[in-house]
Amino acid sequence: MHLKYESQLREPLVYGNKTYAQVTEDIVRPIEAKPSRLWYIGFFIAVTLLSFGAYSVYREVTYGIGQWNLNKTIGWGWDITNFVWWVGIGHAGTLISAVLLLFRQGWRTGVNRAAEAMTIFAVMCAGQFPIFHMGRVWMAFFVMPYPNSRGPLWVNFNSPLLWDVFAISTYFTVSLLFWYSGLLPDFATVRDRAKTALRKKLYGIAAFGWTGSTKHWQRHESLSLVLAGLSTPLVLSVHTIVSFDFATSVIPGWHTTIFPPYFVAGAIFSGFAMVQTLLLIVRKVFGLTDYITIGHIDLMNKVIVLTGSIVGIAYLTELFMGWYSQNKYEGYTFWYSRAYLFSPYGWSYWGMMACNVLSPQIFWSKKMRRNVFVTFFMSIIVNIGMWFERFVIIVTSLYRDYLPSSWSVYYSPSIWEIGFYVGTFGLFFTCFFLFAKYFPVIAVAEIKYVLKRSGESYKPEFDAIEAQPLDSFVHDHAHH
Amino acid sequence: MAQKKFVVGCFDDEKVLFPAVKQVRTAGYKIKDVYTPFPVHGLDHALGMRETSLHTAGFIYGITGTTTAISCISWIFTKDWPLNIGGKPHFALPAWIPIIFELTVLFAAVGMVLTFLYLCQLAPGVKKHHFHKRATDDLFVMVIECTEKTNADDLKALLNSNGAVESEIQVAEDGWWFGTYDTENDNLYKQVAH
Repeated sequence: MHLKYESQLREPLVYGNKTYAQVTEDIVRPIEAKPSRLWYIGFFIAVTLLSFGAYSVYREVTYGIGQWNLNKTIGWGWDITNFVWWVGIGHAGTLISAVLLLFRQGWRTGVNRAAEAMTIFAVMCAGQFPIFHMGRVWMAFFVMPYPNSRGPLWVNFNSPLLWDVFAISTYFTVSLLFWYSGLLPDFATVRDRAKTALRKKLYGIAAFGWTGSTKHWQRHESLSLVLAGLSTPLVLSVHTIVSFDFATSVIPGWHTTIFPPYFVAGAIFSGFAMVQTLLLIVRKVFGLTDYITIGHIDLMNKVIVLTGSIVGIAYLTELFMGWYSQNKYEGYTFWYSRAYLFSPYGWSYWGMMACNVLSPQIFWSKKMRRNVFVTFFMSIIVNIGMWFERFVIIVTSLYRDYLPSSWSVYYSPSIWEIGFYVGTFGLFFTCFFLFAKYFPVIAVAEIKYVLKRSGESYKPEFDAIEAQPLDSFVHDHAHH
Repeated sequence: MAQKKFVVGCFDDEKVLFPAVKQVRTAGYKIKDVYTPFPVHGLDHALGMRETSLHTAGFIYGITGTTTAISCISWIFTKDWPLNIGGKPHFALPAWIPIIFELTVLFAAVGMVLTFLYLCQLAPGVKKHHFHKRATDDLFVMVIECTEKTNADDLKALLNSNGAVESEIQVAEDGWWFGTYDTENDNLYKQVAH
């Protein structure tokens, strides 16, 4: 049972005096207008970074993994750090689109489209790292199980690395389907408004011939709900499996049962931060502050302070277990390699603590949660912190293992390792700039769906309804 | 495919639309469809549509994925190439759970989306007749197909008296065809008429 309208006590999801036509106009106008100068500058920078990344990858493919500064014990360095970081960022999109749909959170409608796009681009970036880390990338298809002429020698289905292959590719596919099925009606809206023949043709193809038939909407609703139901355990499984890459090994600092929930919370944490970074820019540049409201930002900051604190508890639990287990390798990893500020990588641990655990606590204050500049600054801090987290987990566990004679020298990345990472930023933002220019960045149909229930100008109509006695209120306004 | 005659009534508010749907149906007309810019909850029931079974199809696709994963992996690891991995059992079900789960989700999602596209006859390049351009913007467009018994003018009057902001009679192709939206409707109609 859910209400046909939203209480006055809740903030409106759409500000201003909007009609359905106005909603279309506001969201679709940026697509039809010529891109601004700023867009061209941003796009040019993104493509430049992408080109540098492409060259870095070219170096790595041509000359081998030796182009990176990985050494005898640090076999995973920046590459896997970046992989986990990007996958984590992707998770907020699915969380917003799927989990909030299941929980009937109306505020997802303003932000889900851009967040899902972010998921897809982030997973694309993430996928590059394990693929190129293989070294002989032209044999990457060996990870797929298929009857082959080598025996057939199959992949190892018991290996977390293979689980990862299945998890990431399923995650990408399902996210893409979810995103695109939601885009169909909106592409139809753009198509039917189009003035030029080219735009009509391209959006016509993209809209698959959508008409808005009631039967189609009924099926579309069913599809969205089931995809949300599938994506919710999927998003949990994906980062669980990523954490299994570490947790199923016997490396001190990795071999812990706390990893799956801790990784999932961290993923949502960093993902929401990236959503904030992107949406704060999008709402300003495209004039969408009526749809992506301060209320949305406030709510997302609440998620950030919650997940940041969960991550903080996980860090403290690990430290406690490092001592309580009385295992000297665990103790050494947690209390020396990580938590001791003057150990070689102590700076990264405390950077992580400062960015992920301490600084988000500022969001207990409502004033701070609703401050755009603080939010933007914090969203970047959180993503730096979450990058540190993955770096800490990977490098501090690997650089000194059980045997002191095989301890490795200090690891710092080569220019091509950094270039690869920078290149994925280029890829991400190139995709995002194209998305922002050519796609409706807010789900037009979904905004219309909530408009008359929680639009600012429609809310006063509910005063009379709310004054009703409870029985008649439930009778009139709730349906099963 | 033949061209048919339709009466089209446009409404600009769902509050007006629902009583109008009821009136038109009570008057004995069969509503072909209502085209809306967003999902209007309850409209499917008001039109007398049955529930979709798409989720059931999704479940079937899902268990197909589950059984595919279990049967393939167990055949590969116990029959085709029983690889000794640290002396552990060949049939290592717990270790396969992640892949079994992922394939369940993958099959269900891909299968459902393809079924959805098939049922709705949606695909890149498919073109359908649009009774009103603003059906994807801000109008709720009710379409009633005329039979030989229908008096189109009476029906138009009924729609107007029930709050339609626009109403008209259209002769249009009912189905879908391949084409793009840059081509004028007339050209496509002539091709279809042949």
